[in-house]
Amino acid sequence: MRNLVMPCTGRLRSLVERLAVAAAFGTVLSVTAFAETTILNVSYDPTRELYKEYDEAFAAYWKEKTGEDVTIEQSHGGSGGQARAVIDGLKADVVTLALEGDIDRIAEAGLIARDWRGRLPDKATPYTSTIVFLVRKGNPKGLHDWGDLVKEGVEVITPNPKTSGGARWNFLAAWDWANAQFAGDEAKAIAYVAELYRHVPVLDTGARGATTTFVQRGIGDVLLAWENEAFLAINELGPDQFDIVVPPTSIKAEPPVALVDANVDEKGTRAVAEAYLEHLYSDDGQRIIARHFYRPANPAAADPEDLARFADVELVSIDDPVFGGWASVQTKFFDDGGIFDQIYRQTN
Amino acid sequence: MASSSTWAFRKPSIIPGFGLALGFTLTWLSLIVLIPLAGLVVFTGSLGWAEFIRLALDPRILAALRLSFGAALLAAAINAVFGVLVAWVLVRYEFPGRRLLDAFVDLPFALPTAVAGIALTALYAPNGWIGGLLGPFGLKVAYTPAGVVVALVFIGLPFVVRTVQPVMEEIDRELEEAAASLGATRWRTVRTVILPTLLPPLLTGFGLALARAVGEYGSVIFIAGNIPFVSEIAPLLIVVKLTEFNYPAATAIATLMLLISFALLLFINLVQAWSRRRYGNV
Repeated sequence: MRNLVMPCTGRLRSLVERLAVAAAFGTVLSVTAFAETTILNVSYDPTRELYKEYDEAFAAYWKEKTGEDVTIEQSHGGSGGQARAVIDGLKADVVTLALEGDIDRIAEAGLIARDWRGRLPDKATPYTSTIVFLVRKGNPKGLHDWGDLVKEGVEVITPNPKTSGGARWNFLAAWDWANAQFAGDEAKAIAYVAELYRHVPVLDTGARGATTTFVQRGIGDVLLAWENEAFLAINELGPDQFDIVVPPTSIKAEPPVALVDANVDEKGTRAVAEAYLEHLYSDDGQRIIARHFYRPANPAAADPEDLARFADVELVSIDDPVFGGWASVQTKFFDDGGIFDQIYRQTN
Repeated sequence: MASSSTWAFRKPSIIPGFGLALGFTLTWLSLIVLIPLAGLVVFTGSLGWAEFIRLALDPRILAALRLSFGAALLAAAINAVFGVLVAWVLVRYEFPGRRLLDAFVDLPFALPTAVAGIALTALYAPNGWIGGLLGPFGLKVAYTPAGVVVALVFIGLPFVVRTVQPVMEEIDRELEEAAASLGATRWRTVRTVILPTLLPPLLTGFGLALARAVGEYGSVIFIAGNIPFVSEIAPLLIVVKLTEFNYPAATAIATLMLLISFALLLFINLVQAWSRRRYGNV
């Protein structure tokens, strides 16, 4: 275990903390001004639109239920960086991040109870998503499955899994396909993902950056994207430019949520912060989730019209034996010297 | 009594307030420069020598350092040539719009680097204005190491122009006339009269542009492509290490960059000292 806090460098550390906090607060938006209670939701990049609507709905619900005004502040950024900001002192009441591993880091730092995954239903993931292909209109390269991505002349846009949470799901979805395709032969699966990343001309640092590269700069034939990002891109830019291709298999991306115990106890906001997370599971919350292209944990509550937009796809969970949970995935694939580092060693 | 040439025993300046001024200088430099740098070294120290050397020899980190310093040196060299030309035109010629042009030079200082990076990427991407023109000739700039150099040339230009310009303004034109009347060709005048005068500020500008370019992250990250071993800069690797929550490794790479930068700047200062001795203090 790496020792993150060293007593001899306390002064530097607190300086770093302050800078991180200042940077993170730069992106904080507030929903309603002049309220009595304020809670801060520290989230990852593509959830802006979702939480913008949900925060308003929750504030109305809380006012009706308790008569209290509550202001929800939002901070968005890369999932890993957000986790680091919370560890370094950003006073988040709740975290809603892209990766279980990022919340685990905060738990290891002692700010969240270790059993956080068991405190809310569905392993603390009120919504899931998956990874799909966004292709140019008409799918000129004929890309339908993961194997097609390594065809001659195909350029794939995906961010760097080291710096982007979404990119890790992309990598794992490809890995899962290769693992099934080559009947668990790890050497062949590594060769496949190495080949896949040879087809990547630009390795952006975040999911939004990759979307820009593909959409605005016109680079690449296919963007590996969060399902909700792909829908957003199509909605924002018109369906006449891009198509969504859903591969037969993909990964069940589970972005979890958690209460930051140390901070809510310090600020005295435990009740409202807890209700904020629980309300995500309510019918109201689930409807908003489905409207913003996330797959709701309880589809029965969502609008059938919204649900119809999600294609049927075989989804493998991170807790499936192929992966064996987030902790082992992180060590095996993404840590220093892991499989992702190895494939770049091999390609050169 | 020590002779006056041993500086350690030289009497401080006779201007009053020396103690206060020195105390202020030391405190300020410590707060702004020395303490953060010491923190960096202490953080790295927690890594241990073996791990530090392993990181220093890691092929991917070496490739990133090579790109960062190579591109920064190339960009500073390009700026040294074209910065002097720009300064020359701004100082020696009178033309309408000169002041406006002069103000443009400072824009790379003022523009947030991320904005510069996005603008340059949009221009040099295959579907951008310049990238579209270069594409038919098989030239790719955005998402290649060439893109890194372009971004670094952009941010480094003002450093050369602004250091060379004032010295150029001070050059006595009569020296050039004297050289001409003594029969020197134009090229000889440039080589033996003008360039030696400009060399010290040019070296300073080169050093500043280089130092600025080595650490540049914001603008480069958009245009580089960030492919390991090809277009991945060292500051990005630091960010990668941070996202792995590997603070010691991140600071180790930072320390490596600091050491190389220090060596480069020391070398530039030595060249400068040599040029002063050779051509006199300007």
